[in-house]
Amino acid sequence: MIGNSHSRRKLVSGTMTLITAACAIAAIFVLLLILTHIAAKGLTTINLEFLTDTPKPVGEGGGIGNAILGSALMTLLATGIGLPIGIGAGVYLAEFGDNLFGNTVRFLADTLIGVPSIIVGIFIYTLIVLPMGRQSGFAGALSLAIIMIPIVARTTEEMIRLVPQSMREGALALGAPQWRVTWNIVMPAAASGIATGAMLSIARISGETAPLLFTALNSRFYNYFFDQPMASLTVQIYNYATGPFEIEHQMAWAATLILVGLILLINIVVRFLTRKRY
Amino acid sequence: MGNKITVKNLNFFYGKDQALFDISLNIPEREVMAFVGPSGCGKSTFLRVFNRMNDTIPYARVEGEVKIDGKNIYKAKTDVVELRRKVGMVFQKSNPFPKSIFDNVAYGIRINRMHSSKKDLAVRVERALKNAALWDEVKDRLTTSAFGLSGGQQQRLCIARALAVRPEVILMDEPASALDPIATQKIEELVVELKKDYTIVIVTHNMQQAARISDRTAFFMLGKLIEVNPTEKMFTNPDDKLTEDYITGRFG
Amino acid sequence: METRIIDRKLDVLRDKLLLLGGTTEKAVYLAMRSLTERDSDLARKVIKDDKVINKMEVGIDQMSVEILALQQPAAHDLRFVISVAKITPVLERIADHAANIAEAAIVLNNEPEITPYSELQKMAEVAGEMLQTALDAFTSEDSELSRSVIKRDREIDDAYNRIFDKLIRLMIENPPLTTGAAHLLFVAKHLERIGDYVKDICELNVYLIEAAFIKHKKRI
Repeated sequence: MIGNSHSRRKLVSGTMTLITAACAIAAIFVLLLILTHIAAKGLTTINLEFLTDTPKPVGEGGGIGNAILGSALMTLLATGIGLPIGIGAGVYLAEFGDNLFGNTVRFLADTLIGVPSIIVGIFIYTLIVLPMGRQSGFAGALSLAIIMIPIVARTTEEMIRLVPQSMREGALALGAPQWRVTWNIVMPAAASGIATGAMLSIARISGETAPLLFTALNSRFYNYFFDQPMASLTVQIYNYATGPFEIEHQMAWAATLILVGLILLINIVVRFLTRKRY
Repeated sequence: MGNKITVKNLNFFYGKDQALFDISLNIPEREVMAFVGPSGCGKSTFLRVFNRMNDTIPYARVEGEVKIDGKNIYKAKTDVVELRRKVGMVFQKSNPFPKSIFDNVAYGIRINRMHSSKKDLAVRVERALKNAALWDEVKDRLTTSAFGLSGGQQQRLCIARALAVRPEVILMDEPASALDPIATQKIEELVVELKKDYTIVIVTHNMQQAARISDRTAFFMLGKLIEVNPTEKMFTNPDDKLTEDYITGRFG
Repeated sequence: METRIIDRKLDVLRDKLLLLGGTTEKAVYLAMRSLTERDSDLARKVIKDDKVINKMEVGIDQMSVEILALQQPAAHDLRFVISVAKITPVLERIADHAANIAEAAIVLNNEPEITPYSELQKMAEVAGEMLQTALDAFTSEDSELSRSVIKRDREIDDAYNRIFDKLIRLMIENPPLTTGAAHLLFVAKHLERIGDYVKDICELNVYLIEAAFIKHKKRI
């Protein structure tokens, strides 16, 4: 009798382990499939010219150099605006936000995260593009920042809440004022979590296309100034992918590969920089 | 020896709920005073009154007088940050920072800007670790993570961290309750050694510990102070029947 | 091993007991001397110093209670405190008998010597040696030595019986000497009691060392 239920339990346990392992493999498998598909399609088109040149009329080659630069610049500016505001908001919500104001902010942030990004694009179009008279890199960066802020704020808040209260008390008991406790005890302890959240949001905005369509438009030239329309990888991919020519489609794949590669690189670098030392 | 801390008619509230009722007692200088009593009797709450750690709890309210060195610490213009330097605290579960051993001890010194140079900082850190009976065990690995130490060592590190800012009073909230008997013994010997220079208040649910190391003991129940007496009297001939019942284990 | 909190207290307790023991030894010795050397001033000093011994006893009692109440001694430490608490009153009673001997000496010194004191002196020497050895055996925790002292009490009992017979005969043959002889008899009795008390100390030593109660046992 005992032997029976024991071996049945082992069977059930083993089956569940197999099923969950299979799911994990399936998830990774799909991801790997996508990556290899992209690589297969796009790798051949990548060369130095492709990476540095500007778009040219069909048949004359050309590349995505300006699109890479544009994406980089706008992402950088968006991060420069969005991260400090987002992290600051997250810190406020975690440390001081247990009140009506904090709860309201939290609710609105959660709502904003769910808003389709094209609406953010329209909002910035009305607010910045129309008065300015033209699309610009700045408008693009701003719309990306707005998408970024609530994500960063909420993940930062969650990570800071995870820091145990006992650590805060230990610092307070030594005669540290509240701001010092937050600045050099809580935040370093939450640093890797905050960085992960930040990186997630950067990855998210790197892949945004819709808002950039009206705010930054696109460009065929290298543009270093934010008051002009700016090229971006995502819009360029959109253009190539929806174009009529096969060679454009190939360039779309290649550009996608570059985009995914860059995001992966950001991932790795940030994980390395915020590795747990203690 | 005079009284380091005097408490008069202290009442403590969490919002509408009263946790401490009309408590008055004196804590003499450079002695060990133990707070004992069953769980939930308010001894930890009372301990945290002395360094105003209860301020961090919303709706916490204090009525009455708490004087340290003759000055009421609940007056509006009290510098709470300076109070907490002067009145150090060691917690039930050791809570070292995620930093190196050296940086843990140096933290308080740095933020209070107590050192004159890098060399002075190292001297202060060493002295604090020696006073906490931890120096010999860690002197060769000051830059390693504090989390690499055993539970008992981490607790002594927290004591060193508190000592580093030169407090006058040390509050200990069940400092050995999470430790094994040998580590506990080390902490107890340390307390007996420290009382030569510091006034120590220790909350403990272990009565034998209070008997072993304290000079005076205060017994609390349900937020009220039942009896406070020299420890020897408390454990051989207490004044109150409730005290005797608790000490002999007749209830909780 | 580092010193525990309780070790320091046990050391102090031990020192107090040994001081009491040494003072008691001296009291017995000086009391006998005050008789054999017919020195009544010395006798009065012995009687006065008995108060110091009483104070020491109270001090040791208080400390024993304190250690038991506050330090939770166990095993050997526990037996140690209990032994000290039980040996202390024994020493105090030995000292009382020494004071009684001194009182008898004051009376006897006013009269001419009735009979040579050599037997009594021998008896006192044995008692003194026994006491000293018993305390040594306590310090060095030597149970064999303790048992040998217990056996030696035989000598004192035999000496007492001889002195008893001699003094009774003296009282019958020489009635005017009866009072003096009676006092001498009491001195002998005090010495005999001291011997018995030293036996008690040795029994407590064995309890400390072996955790065995050998009191009232025929075979030890």
